[in-house]
This record gives sequence, C-alpha cells and structure tokens, in this order.
Amino acid sequence: MTAPLAIDVEGLTKRFGPRTVVDGIALKVPAREVWGFLGPNGSGKTTTIRMLCGLLRPDAGRGTCLGLDIVNEAEAIKLQVGYMTQRFSFYEDLTVEENLSFVARLYGLPKRRRTVEETLERVGLAGRRAQLAGSLSGGWKQRLALAACMMHTPKLLLLDEPTAGVDPQARREFWEQIHALARDGVTVLVSTHYMDEAERCDRIAYIAYGKLLATGTVAEVIAGARLSTWVATGPGRDDVARTLAGVPGIGTAVFGPSLHVSSPDAEALRRAIQPVLGNPRLAWREAAPSLEDVFIHLISGAPRP
Amino acid sequence: MLAALGRVIAVTLKELIQLRRDRLTFGMILGIPVMQLVIFGYAINADPKRLPTALLSRDPGQIERNIVGALERSGYFRIVAEVSGQREAERLVATGEVAFVVTIPDGFTRDLLKGERPRLLIEADATDPAATSNAVAALAQLPRSALLHDLPDLVQAPPFEVLVHRRYNPEGLTAYNIVPGLLGVILTMTMILMTSLAVTRETERGTMENLLAMPVKPAEVMLGKVLPYVAIGYVQVAVVLVAARLLFQVPMLGSLGLLTLALLAFLLANLAVGLTFSTVARNQLQAMQMTFFFFLPSMLLSGFMFPFRGMPDWAQAIGEVLPLTHFLRIVRGILLKGNGLPEIWPEVWPLLAFAGVAWTVAILRYRRTLD
Repeated sequence: MTAPLAIDVEGLTKRFGPRTVVDGIALKVPAREVWGFLGPNGSGKTTTIRMLCGLLRPDAGRGTCLGLDIVNEAEAIKLQVGYMTQRFSFYEDLTVEENLSFVARLYGLPKRRRTVEETLERVGLAGRRAQLAGSLSGGWKQRLALAACMMHTPKLLLLDEPTAGVDPQARREFWEQIHALARDGVTVLVSTHYMDEAERCDRIAYIAYGKLLATGTVAEVIAGARLSTWVATGPGRDDVARTLAGVPGIGTAVFGPSLHVSSPDAEALRRAIQPVLGNPRLAWREAAPSLEDVFIHLISGAPRP
Repeated sequence: MLAALGRVIAVTLKELIQLRRDRLTFGMILGIPVMQLVIFGYAINADPKRLPTALLSRDPGQIERNIVGALERSGYFRIVAEVSGQREAERLVATGEVAFVVTIPDGFTRDLLKGERPRLLIEADATDPAATSNAVAALAQLPRSALLHDLPDLVQAPPFEVLVHRRYNPEGLTAYNIVPGLLGVILTMTMILMTSLAVTRETERGTMENLLAMPVKPAEVMLGKVLPYVAIGYVQVAVVLVAARLLFQVPMLGSLGLLTLALLAFLLANLAVGLTFSTVARNQLQAMQMTFFFFLPSMLLSGFMFPFRGMPDWAQAIGEVLPLTHFLRIVRGILLKGNGLPEIWPEVWPLLAFAGVAWTVAILRYRRTLD
C-alpha cells in the first residue's frame, strides 16, 4: 500500500491577466515528508502555495490537500493547514502574546491560555511575550510566525520562504524544528532559495516560469539532469567564464575561486573547454555536478515566456 | 545651482509619475472641486421658496381664497394639504411633511368685515430657523396683498393680524438645529473613516493574507471589525448629548431610548459604507479620500448646513438617499418635537433599506481570496 498523499494536485494553473504564472503543475507529496520547493523569483512558488491553501482560486487543474478538495473545501483545509506567509503578516502593533492569543481564538482552540503559554515556552518567546511583534528582529518574527501557524497542530505546513533574511543560527534551529515536526507526522512543503536547505529536505520540487521542471530526492534530481561538470580553479577563471558565457548548452557559475562549467552533452562540453584546458593560470578537474549546477542548467533550458 | 534644479526636477517628475499611477487620487483631485462647484453653484439656496404648507380653514369663502392666493403669490408658500382638524395638522408638522400650517378661524370673514381685526394663525416649523425665517418675514405683506384687489378700502389699516407661532423653537435658536445635527455629522465622519481604514490597514500591512488563510468567515471579520466602532459611536453620542443639554440647553422632548435604537440603524448604514469603501480602496489614503467624497455631499445636501427644501429636485433626490438626511430628521424630531416611532418611521425605514443594501454590497465585495 502506498503512503497517503498530503498534497495531490494536477494541472494546477493560475493566470493573472495575460500572464500564466503557474502552468499545469502536478505535485504529489506523501504524508510525513519534508519537501523543498525551489525556483527563481517570480517562478510561481508563492502562487502555487496560495492555491494549495485556498487563498487563490486555480484557473485550471484540480486536486486535494489532506484529502480535501482545494477548490470546494478550502474552508476545511484552512483548519488543518498551517500557512506561513513570505512577508511577516501578524500584527506588528500587538504583542507576541496577543498575536498568539488572537490566532488561538480564531481556531477556537480549547484551553486557549494554556496553549498560548505552552507555545511561548516551546519556541522560547516567553521572555518576549509583552514585546510588540513589530519590534522583534527578523529571526524572532519568523519564530513567532511559525509558532502561530503551528498552534492548531496542523497536519500540513506550507512555509513560504520562512528563512529569508534570517541568520544562519536561527535557520539551523528552524530546520531542527521542521524535522522534529516531520517526525511527529506533519507534512511540510517549504519554499526556499538556499541550496543547503534544499539538501535538508526529503525531496525537492523545482519550478521555473510556472512549470515544474524536476522532482525527487536531491540525488535523483542531480542524476536526472545527466550533467557533466568541470571545475576550473585559479586566477584565470573570469576570462574563461567570459569566453564560455555565450556558448549554447553550457552553463557556468563561479563559486569562490572556482568556475563550474556544465552541460548535458559531455562531448560538446569537452570540445568547448579544449582551447582553455591548457591555460596555465587554471587547474581543471572533472567533478560531480552540484544541485546548483543542475538548477542553473534547468533555468537556462526552461522555455521563457 | 543647476545641479539643485536637476534634483528638484527629478523629484517633481517622480511625484507626477506616482500621481498618475494613483488613479483614485487623481480622480479625487479633479472630482472634488467639480462636486463642490455643482453643489454650491446649483444645489444650495439659502432662501428656500415654495415651502409646503397645510391649510386648516374653518371659514371657507372668498376671503379664504384671497389669503391662499396671496400666500402662494409671495412665492414662499405652497398649499399641499387641506386639513380639517388640529390633530392632522399636528401630525403633518411633526413628520415634517409641511413647514407651515395656516389656520383661518371660524367667523374670520365676518369679523374682518366688522373691522374687528381677526387673527390669522400661522404655525411655522422652526426647528430649522434658517429655512423658514424669510417666509415668516414675507408674512408682513400678507394682509395688504390678500385684500388689495377685492377690499381696497380695508387695506389702509391692517384689516387682520397675522399671528406667527414658531413651533419647537420659539426663540429661533440656531443651536437647537445645529447641535442635534452635529451628532449625525460627527457619526458619519468617524464611522465611515474608521471602518474604511480598519480593513484597508489589513490589506496595506499584508495581514489580510494571514487573516484569509485562517478559518474566519468574511461576515465574522466584518462584524468583529465594526462592533468596536458601534461602541465608539455611542460614546460620541453621549458626549454630544450631554454637551447639547448642559451647554446649549437643547430640549430633549422625546424618548432617548427610541433615539438609541434609531441611532443603531444610522450607525449600521454608515459602517457598511465604510466597509464598502475599504473593499475598493487599496491604501489608507484612498480610503480617506473616498470618505471625504461621501462626507461632502452628506454635509451639504442633507439639510445640515443649508435648508433641504431650498434645493432643486435633483439635489433633494440625492439627499433623500443619504443616511444623514434621514437621521437629521429623526434626531431633530425626537429631541425638538418629541416625536415617537409613528412620526419617525418614515425616516427610519429608508435608513434600514440603505443599511441593507450597503451591507449586501460590502459583504459581496469583501475578498474571500487574494484573487
């Protein structure tokens, strides 16, 4: 028997005027998994997440969240889904405690005071309960937002770039919390721009220009791209980057002192770098492609609208 | 110097671009002066003519016809009803259907011809002294004008007396009219502004997205949003009424309980207007501009600042739609005339109808999604 799907949608499409922002996306997320949702800015991640939790009505496509229809049962979905918006959207002129209390009332949580109290303790906000939410730093705002959308113990968490603008320490703690939640049976879909966060996910989905380009574990996505990658290290990397920039089918990316050059066509790649292989200011080696190399390749290959 | 000019031009251009993008603001900048021109130029008339008048005649005949003719010739009076008893005359004045009742007493013609200088009684609704003062002043010419043609001999010494009885406000104090009216004006301003800002603020600050993602229904949000303002509205009412009583000695003849109930209908109507604006406005500035756009005609066309009956029909028609118009009649009626529910009902149901329509529009327009 296959695991039940927490998210099961197909053909999901959203248009804003003449622009198709999300174009026929199919997503099957098994319960209890942590999925990373990746893609460049404006690729349709936020729009997809909003359609999943009933904030936007899809123009085409259908599907379910936690077995509930995303179009007709949006109200029931809201009770079981926690959605953390990209921009902090709690009340800046309410205190931490007042915000949590407000959310607890809206969900009609029993033993509201105790729930709020426990939430404050668990996320370490007890000492800041009387502080206005607007005066919190980015990391604390993120904790508050996560705590607020977790209070009604949702079965599915939709997190829209929760770690944007948050320091590495807070990000690490955040991910520990996500994995703890997943162990407790919560399904998580989290959009991010960070590669290290993608690698913390059970599976990733990569979307660009509204189209889903790849899904699977990080290893599967990398293998699926069938890329060959060469790494050149040395002071001459910028010259080479400029030389190879215009070559079709070849993606380049600078990582610190190194230049990654990738292509799905190993032969073409070898021919392209042949002239510069002898450059004395560079050391060349063939390497396994990284997730980022794969993403650069996916974007460059994606049909632009 | 030239560089400074360049920077000034840069800022100016940026402002112009932003102004052009904000269509609503741009519209208001043009719309408000046009509205003011139309209202002040065409609608407002501080010297209302052809005021509705009831005739209570106990002495029909030629003299009666002469008096009626003279009244209508003066331009200020228009006989709209002929009543047979004092009770019906009372009702017409109380509901505001007529501004005057002209009573020709029994034996008027006989006494007139005997030279006994009978009295013609004219009761004026003086709740709004400005509306009736010119008409009352014109009455001085009435005896002469009524009899000049048929009985020129009698015209030399005034053949009859005109007794003017200023009802509800015998001293013609403007405060009696303005202070209760202010109640409506203040409530219109605060209720619409506060609610339109309350919802627009959620949109502007991005908290609306969160609110929509949580299991709370639109009607629940709206009701929760307006309830505090209903309470604030009643506090304002209490403050104004206490001031009206203590500082201006405004009479309070009717039931304050009835006023409290009628207020609810008025508050609901205004709150719904505010909510509707908040579903249209994209930011708090726009919400304020829309409030002003509604407030201006409310103030000018409702009978608060200028006599309602002085306005042309089209302006009166607009005025009849505005909640403030009806509320002014209710509050003046209850406080100054001691009206009860039967007399104010003709003004209450339009308020309820307005509130019903406005709430429907507000609820239908309220966004359930971010589409």
